[in-house]
Amino acid sequence: MPVGPPPFQTFFADHRDAVWRLLVATVGPHDADDCFQETWLAALRVWPPAEEENLRGWLFTIARRKAVDEHRSRARRPLAVEAPEPVSDVGGTDPEPALWDDVRRLPEKQRVAVVHRFVADLDYAEIGAVMGTSAEAARRNVHEGVTKLRKTWQSSRS
Amino acid sequence: MAELAFLKNGPGAPAATVEAFVARAGDEADVAVAPVDAPFGRVWVAVTARGLARVSYDAYDDLLADLAARVSPRVLEAPARADEVRRQLDGYFAGERTMFDLELDWSLVRTPFQRRVLEATAAVPYGASVTYTDVATSAGSPKAVRAAGSALGANPLCIVVPCHRVLRAGGALGGYAGGLDAKRWLLAREADSRTLPR
Repeated sequence: MPVGPPPFQTFFADHRDAVWRLLVATVGPHDADDCFQETWLAALRVWPPAEEENLRGWLFTIARRKAVDEHRSRARRPLAVEAPEPVSDVGGTDPEPALWDDVRRLPEKQRVAVVHRFVADLDYAEIGAVMGTSAEAARRNVHEGVTKLRKTWQSSRS
Repeated sequence: MAELAFLKNGPGAPAATVEAFVARAGDEADVAVAPVDAPFGRVWVAVTARGLARVSYDAYDDLLADLAARVSPRVLEAPARADEVRRQLDGYFAGERTMFDLELDWSLVRTPFQRRVLEATAAVPYGASVTYTDVATSAGSPKAVRAAGSALGANPLCIVVPCHRVLRAGGALGGYAGGLDAKRWLLAREADSRTLPR
């Protein structure tokens, strides 16, 4: 088996869709394009990362940083948008816009943790790396977010 | 959690977004790979800042892994960087080109002996053929016929360094990384560049 870092192309092909979904979920479809390119350019420029890095945690940390930068620059624009636009803007393919709205209304830590867990399929250690917390704190954030969503959805059903 | 499955179901990165990234990043990759469709099948080429480093019949994933290990892991599929290589190969396949005018990156050549064998092979003209013994002799080691065969089998620059022009004494085809059908096709193409061989 080959040792050392995988070819960048392989890593890109394996993770580009997850990065895209995550960015759409966090910055919205209009800014996702720019963040996507900035994320992967930054990843290519420093590729390969240090051997001890968890590659997905490393990648999504870059994506998170780009998303936060995007958010800040948007906040500086005169017509600041409060929250990411609805994800359903993407070709109208999202069948669950109302559920997305609930996710978007979670407190930030919970929202970021839930989205990384369920959109990008990261484990708690990876989410901890992205958010600069322990894996345990990441697990707690996901759990609290999910509990809140369950409550919302149960009460809307009854 | 089943209720959250919908979060994963969004569409993947749009083709236009991926293409825009490749257009911006292509020049920053150390190795750009690109497919070239030959009449007998697909080959992959790899280009570095120094020039053409690889013309390969390997499976795509094997090629990427080999390039990452032996050249640089900063490999990206960026076809635009191989436009000139593709143009010349297309011309060759069409029988309109008998020589390649490309910068070559020899860094995937493993030994000085292999380099001498490949350079001797590069000197064999279009439409001609030589034997493994001839190539070993030109490389300065007339007895190293088998080693010359191995060196050609590991040719990183198939077609451009025309190892298909090297045959066994007596005219048997010998071997070829792209399979004997490809070798036959190339030899037939060169034998009559006016008619597409079948």
